[in-house]
Amino acid sequence: MTSDRARALLSQITGLTVADGGPAVTVHVPTEQLASVAAFVKETIGCAFFAFSTAIDHKADGLETVAYVENLDDNITVVLRAKLGAGNICCPSLVPVYRGANWMERETYDMFGVQFEGHPDLRRILLSDDWDGHPLLKSYAVDTPYPPYR
Amino acid sequence: MSEVREIDYTGSERLTMNMGPQHPSAHGVFRAILTLEGEKIVAVDAVIGYLHRCHEKLAETLAYVQYPSIASKTDYVAAMASELAYVMAAEKIGQFEVPKRAQYLRVAVNELQRVASHLLWLGTWCLDMGGALGGGTSVFLYCIREREQILDLFESLVGARLLYGFHQVGGVRYDIPTGWVEQCRTTMDLIEQRLGEYESMLHDNAFFEMRTRGIGVISSQLAQDVGVCGPLLRASGVKYDLRRNAPYSSYEDFEFAVPVETEGDCHARYRVRMVEFRESIRIVRQVLDGLPEGPISSRPGVKSLAQVKVPKGEAYARVEGPRGEVGCYLVADGTNKPYRMKWRGASFSNLAVLPHIIPGVTVADVVAIMGSVDPVFGEVDR
Repeated sequence: MTSDRARALLSQITGLTVADGGPAVTVHVPTEQLASVAAFVKETIGCAFFAFSTAIDHKADGLETVAYVENLDDNITVVLRAKLGAGNICCPSLVPVYRGANWMERETYDMFGVQFEGHPDLRRILLSDDWDGHPLLKSYAVDTPYPPYR
Repeated sequence: MSEVREIDYTGSERLTMNMGPQHPSAHGVFRAILTLEGEKIVAVDAVIGYLHRCHEKLAETLAYVQYPSIASKTDYVAAMASELAYVMAAEKIGQFEVPKRAQYLRVAVNELQRVASHLLWLGTWCLDMGGALGGGTSVFLYCIREREQILDLFESLVGARLLYGFHQVGGVRYDIPTGWVEQCRTTMDLIEQRLGEYESMLHDNAFFEMRTRGIGVISSQLAQDVGVCGPLLRASGVKYDLRRNAPYSSYEDFEFAVPVETEGDCHARYRVRMVEFRESIRIVRQVLDGLPEGPISSRPGVKSLAQVKVPKGEAYARVEGPRGEVGCYLVADGTNKPYRMKWRGASFSNLAVLPHIIPGVTVADVVAIMGSVDPVFGEVDR
């Protein structure tokens, strides 16, 4: 398996547009297809290694989740990106496919408030349970004290 | 005379035990809520976040010239690795050149850092298993003694012993002072010789073998699924090292071996790290032998906050830190500050494997497993 073959397979089987060039294979996935594409990437392209997942807050354009998975034998990196859309905070969980997504998605929930559907244990991980708000959102002002500010 | 009563234990009763957050074997602040059936752990809830300092939010408010010295505070035992990941991400987006000499110096400090970090791991791990190793403090004190010598090298290079701010976008901030190369060679020779002394204390030590062999086995499939990296991944039979598989900062110029073990237990992780010690020393010697002349940075020294502007774009830069893949995911919007920065802490992913391997072992084994995972909580909680 090579990166080019992975690109071809991905666009052929999933029908999605795969970005050209660059060492990583980047694919923009609609949220409803995220779990099935992740399973395909793991089984067929051999990306068994879950590097990390996170989110980006595009302000008016809403949140986007990003997950990096790798095929360590053939040095292929696949980036799964999913735009949630303005105002939407729901996203399917990758935990059924990658167990490593468990803590990563808990962190993303903690910091961005993304509700991962199908996550077995979605609760805060770094902040305390009584924390108000999700700090990495751009709307979370750093200079206003939020309770419990301590 | 008090009456001796026998406790009827049928083995069905469960006990919830709290371990930490101030437990010495946690090497920081980590709380494990263990559910026990007799001696055996049947469930664990790992609680982290005690050391959270909102690094990712902070990075959005600090310029590219300011943050590298803060980056060192994520993994404070291996500060050089996280600094390098951050500046590499910025260099990747901005396509900034890094002079050859700076690349070699980056390799040298990162390998020295690996030796220093592994020394701290070996010392504290043996201290954790103390009773079994004739007190355990001997190995700890010897390791700290040798680590001090590497910190001396950093001190004469940067002026700081723990948190450096050595890297900057486009190169490094300091060139090596007079006499540093000789001092470094002497230190490497000394540590290489001392490594054999540690091994003779641990090799064939019946207690050490019992505490580590077959304990905390991570299969290669579980390791990849969770994203376990570095020495833990290699001890589980996956031959993957970023320095070899995705070379950065001129690592392709150096010869070194990537150790792999297949057992995946605590002892395998120990063996992998003991080889890494020697390979790092080998790389440092090659750097000192082949250090090219030239500038140490492609950009002038820092004078103002707006000095480094990174064009719109994003990049994921990763380095092989002592604990594994330290990654920095950076989204830039064309100003002098990142729009979004994400740390992929090696310790975070390594620690995430604990809930999968702890059920089934005893409380004493948790101590051995925690030590062999070698987490640094600055990097877990960020």
